[in-house]
Amino acid sequence: MTLKRARRLSRGVAIVGAGMSKFGAFKEKSSRDLFVEAFAEMKGSVDKGLDAAEIESLYIGNFSSDLFEGQGHLAPIIADWLGLLPRPATRVEDACASSGVALRMGILAIASGLYDVVLAGGVEKMSNLPTERVTDTLAMASDALYEIPAGLTFPGIFAIMATAHMQRYGTQPEHFMRIAVKNHQNGALNPKAQLGSTIQQVMQSRVARAKERGQPAPPWRDEMDFLHDAQANPVVAWPMRLFDCSPISDGAACVLLAAADVASRFTDKPVHIIGSGQGSGPALHTSDELTSLSAAKVAARQAYEMAGVTPKDIKIAEVHDCFTIAEVVASEDLGFFAPGQGGFAAAEGATALHGERPINTSGGLKSKGHPVGASGVAQAIEVWKQMRGEAGARQARKGKVDVALTHNVGGTGGTCVVHIYERR
Amino acid sequence: MAERAFTADSFYTYLREGKLMAARCAQCGALHLPPRPLCNRCQSLELSWVQLQGKGKLAAYTAIAVAPGFMAAQGYGRDKPYCTGIVELEEGPRISARIAGVDAAQPERIAIGTAVRIVFPGDPKGPGDQQGAAMPVLTFTA
Repeated sequence: MTLKRARRLSRGVAIVGAGMSKFGAFKEKSSRDLFVEAFAEMKGSVDKGLDAAEIESLYIGNFSSDLFEGQGHLAPIIADWLGLLPRPATRVEDACASSGVALRMGILAIASGLYDVVLAGGVEKMSNLPTERVTDTLAMASDALYEIPAGLTFPGIFAIMATAHMQRYGTQPEHFMRIAVKNHQNGALNPKAQLGSTIQQVMQSRVARAKERGQPAPPWRDEMDFLHDAQANPVVAWPMRLFDCSPISDGAACVLLAAADVASRFTDKPVHIIGSGQGSGPALHTSDELTSLSAAKVAARQAYEMAGVTPKDIKIAEVHDCFTIAEVVASEDLGFFAPGQGGFAAAEGATALHGERPINTSGGLKSKGHPVGASGVAQAIEVWKQMRGEAGARQARKGKVDVALTHNVGGTGGTCVVHIYERR
Repeated sequence: MAERAFTADSFYTYLREGKLMAARCAQCGALHLPPRPLCNRCQSLELSWVQLQGKGKLAAYTAIAVAPGFMAAQGYGRDKPYCTGIVELEEGPRISARIAGVDAAQPERIAIGTAVRIVFPGDPKGPGDQQGAAMPVLTFTA
C-alpha cells in the first residue's frame, strides 16, 4: 500500500510536560496508584505550572487491566483518581502499542481543533499474576485461533523471527546479547529503570553471593561468558534467553500535550511532534517477510513523510525492544541500517549511548521495564528528557538532540506507531 | 453439498477428518491458509475449499522452554521444551504449527529448510498430547 500524499497535521502539537512512575514490581500498588505517581511527576515538570482544570480530555493506553487486575473500563477510574471528572477519558487498546496509539489519539484530537490541552498516557500492572498466566495473557495479543494452538508464546513468535533472521543474514546469538548488554548499561543510568544494573553488575553480585555461601565461584570470564551460560541465562524460546526478554513490569507514564499555539503558556522548551504514523500488520505466518514488520515500515514512512525528515536526521531513537531481536528488526525497518545489518551494527557499538546512532538511551523495554500499556508514552518521555538536555548521566549527544523518533509495536507487529519529535 | 463455512471451526473439523484445507478466491485466485470468509486481497466473498498436500519445509522455528498454561499442563517447560515454527507449504502459503520429529532440547541443530509433512490428529507420529484440547493441534513432522 502506498500513501497518495504526505499527510500533515492541520495544527501543530507539542509535549509540554512529562512524568512516569518508577517501573518495577509493586505488590501494593494498583494501576490507578501508578498513574497518580506519573501524573504528579508530569505536573511538576510543567515549567510554568499546570492548573489541572486546563486538561480537556484523556487518552489512556492499557492492554489488559481486565486480565491482569480484574478491572475493565479503566479510563474513567483514572480520570476520577486524578480529579479530572467529568472530562472524557478513553482507554486505547492496541496490545503493547496501546499508549503509543493513545499518544497519537491525543495528537489527532488537538490537531482536529476540538481541544487545546490533552493528557495522553498509559499504564499496566502485570506483576499480580504468576509468570505462566502473564505468558498466556500476553499471547492473547497474537492470533488465538491459529498461533496460540500451535503452542506459540509471545517470546516464541519473536524467536521465530530471530531464527529466520539468523538464517537469512547470518545474525548470531552474540549480536542479541550485545544489545542486552548495551540496554542494561543505559538502564543502569536511568533511576526509573526496573533492572537498573549492568549485566556486569548482575554477574558480579552472583559471584559475590556464591562466595558468601561458600559455593565454588562461577567460572564466567566476562559478561558475554555469563550470557552464554545456560544456567545463568536460560533459554525462554530459542534463541531468546532470559536476558533477551523484557521483564514483567508495573508502571505508568503520561505526557501533557498542547496545541503549538498555546504551548508557551506552559513552557518555553516544548518538544514539537512533527511526524506521526501508524500501520497494521498480519500474523507472522501470513507476512511477506519473517524478518521485518510491515506495519513498522508503513508507520515509519508516514512519519518521515509528515515530518519531512529521513532516517539520517534522527539523532536518537527509542525503539520497541520487547526482545533483543525486536531491536534488530526495528533498527532495520526504520531505515537506520540496511536489512540484515542491525545486529552487526549494534555489536559494533553504533547504537550505544555515545555511538553514531544511540538507540534506547533509556535502557529500552529490556532494562527500563515493559508495563505494556505504558511503554509507548514512556518512550516519548525519554525523548522529551533527551531533547531538553535533562537526561542526566545518560544524556546523549551532549544535549544536542534536535530530531528524535519513537517506535512502539503492538503484539507481534499487528500494530506499529512511530512518532518524530523536534526541539526548535 | 453446501460448502462448509470458511471458519476456524471448519478448518479444525477438516483436520480431524485428516484433511488440510485452504480457501481459494474465485475472483483473484489467492489461496488462503488459514481459510477466511472474505478474500483480503480483493474483498470477494466467493471462495471454495482446496485440499493441500500437507508437504512443505520449515521456514523458521523456535524451541519453547517457558510454556503457556495449556502446554505446561501437559508437562512441557524448561525440562521438556517443544518445537513450534512456521511451515511453508508446497502450494505456497505459510502456517504456524507444532513441529515433531526434531530434538527441541538441541534447537541449534534444527535446520531451516528441513522437509516436513503433516501429521493428522490421532496419528501416533504426532506429539500424542492432544486429548482434551479445545481444538486439534496442527502438527508437522520432519
